[in-house]
Amino acid sequence: MSELRELYQEVILDHSRHPRNHRELAGANRSAEGFNPLCGDKATVYLEVEDGVVRAASFVGRGCSISTASASMMTDIVKGRRLEEVEELFRRFHELITARPDPARQADPALGKLAVFAGVSEFPVRVKCASLPWHTLRAALAQENRPVSTEE
Amino acid sequence: MTTTEARAVDRLESARGDFPVLDQKVHGKPLVYLDSANTSQKPRAVIDAEREVYETYYSNVHRGVYQLSVRAEEAFEGARRKVQRFVNAREAREIVFVRGTTEAINLVAQSYGRVHVREGDEVLITVLEHHSNIVPWQLLCEQTGGRLRVAPIDDRGEVVLEELERLMGARTKLVSVAHVSNALGTVNPVRRIVEMAHARGIPVLVDGAQGVPHLPVDVQALGCDFYAFSGHKMCGPSGIGALYGRAEVLETMPPYQGGGSMILSVTFEKTLYNKIPYRFEAGTPNIAGTIAFGATVDYLGGIGMERIAAHEADLLRHATESLSRVPGLRIVGTAREKAGVVSFVVEGVHPHDLGTVLDYEGVAIRTGHHCAQPVMDRFGVPATARASMALYNNRADVDALVAGVHKAQEMLG
Repeated sequence: MSELRELYQEVILDHSRHPRNHRELAGANRSAEGFNPLCGDKATVYLEVEDGVVRAASFVGRGCSISTASASMMTDIVKGRRLEEVEELFRRFHELITARPDPARQADPALGKLAVFAGVSEFPVRVKCASLPWHTLRAALAQENRPVSTEE
Repeated sequence: MTTTEARAVDRLESARGDFPVLDQKVHGKPLVYLDSANTSQKPRAVIDAEREVYETYYSNVHRGVYQLSVRAEEAFEGARRKVQRFVNAREAREIVFVRGTTEAINLVAQSYGRVHVREGDEVLITVLEHHSNIVPWQLLCEQTGGRLRVAPIDDRGEVVLEELERLMGARTKLVSVAHVSNALGTVNPVRRIVEMAHARGIPVLVDGAQGVPHLPVDVQALGCDFYAFSGHKMCGPSGIGALYGRAEVLETMPPYQGGGSMILSVTFEKTLYNKIPYRFEAGTPNIAGTIAFGATVDYLGGIGMERIAAHEADLLRHATESLSRVPGLRIVGTAREKAGVVSFVVEGVHPHDLGTVLDYEGVAIRTGHHCAQPVMDRFGVPATARASMALYNNRADVDALVAGVHKAQEMLG
């Protein structure tokens, strides 16, 4: 049961019940649609990017609590960051959720609040839920004009 | 009650003990396996049959003159006769061994379909089909310029028969329908559908992947031209299944794949194809799996499909009643005729999260679109949770599911 509590932390449940930035973005100049064929979840990420900086971010669509919370917290944390920083954040986040569980590991300070997703690494089939919003965001940044899927 | 009936009852009551995999704990809780519509567990008799082949007489079939091969051949063709009797086909040659239902449908699409479905012709299916009874027809239509037509389902998840009948037109070359919907549990009135189609001279394929494991199936009584099913969903091995085809229809069909076994003679100028069913069985088959498939129908037949169907109907009633009492839970698929499948959504709890919490209670269910995305679209949900029953389940399994749903609601709702 402790792994379950670790996965469904209060912060994650809160973001899942009350997702932030959960709307279309009026000034968006980038967007992409993400799809998880495993559960049928779909989400669209909107970004307003100016001078290499994410000015605003939002998403629409509902998925499981892990993917919804991930999208909610992601759209919060990328705001005001340079694109290189966003890429670095994704790299660290991905490392966090795919790492072999190790109780001795220290939290990566660069991840800030995203550290609550550490519990996902105990649930290999849920990694895709947490990473889908990020893959979608990266597709939007790459301006790939096609839906992304967790199966790539 | 006669002695025979009494014995059959006993065999079902003790059947759970025949499945070694069920005797284990998951996350410290006894395993409750409610995902049999996805794939089913295997009884000792099936596992032993497959092992026996490899340990005592494994060799190739249709080829050897030595004793091992003769024995393998006998067991292999014996399995064909067992499967034939199990679905009451007229002749053993009407049973084509394939990898499973998916391959069976692709075989019909690429062999029968390529000959009969020309530009502008139509193949008719329904909204409740599994992807494996949709995509092979889409591929065929792309190749030939044919058109896929789809009959709707109503809010209960039943095919609207008047619409299905209305869509049977002069260009309809084949009707392909599920016997039982994997996502909703709906049992289609196959016999009526066959009558409607045959009245217009249209042949019918029945996707029986969810039919054969849970209902007595008599292909002659159903009257269908093709009936496709998989071993792995009926407590048999994965990678083996069967296509029943009426001999008169199979006789007219060209080969599906080329290779060994499907030929009579080969020269570079001309190859003569083998007779049915071998014409459709190119290459060395899944020999041990096929023989174990025979053991599977022996096992099911020993319990009795009528008895299994009645047991699962009781579990379905219990599951439907218990789940209906859970606040915020909605059952998706409420057809009047249903097999042991309950698809549902819980307000405030995504199916994927529900699946994870249930796993920690030892309860294995499927969550997702069940390879039936058009069904999900029809009911306006991206996914459902689905509990599906088999002969080895009992009421306590259902109770564990319901308790797990309550727990998930407490945790996530």
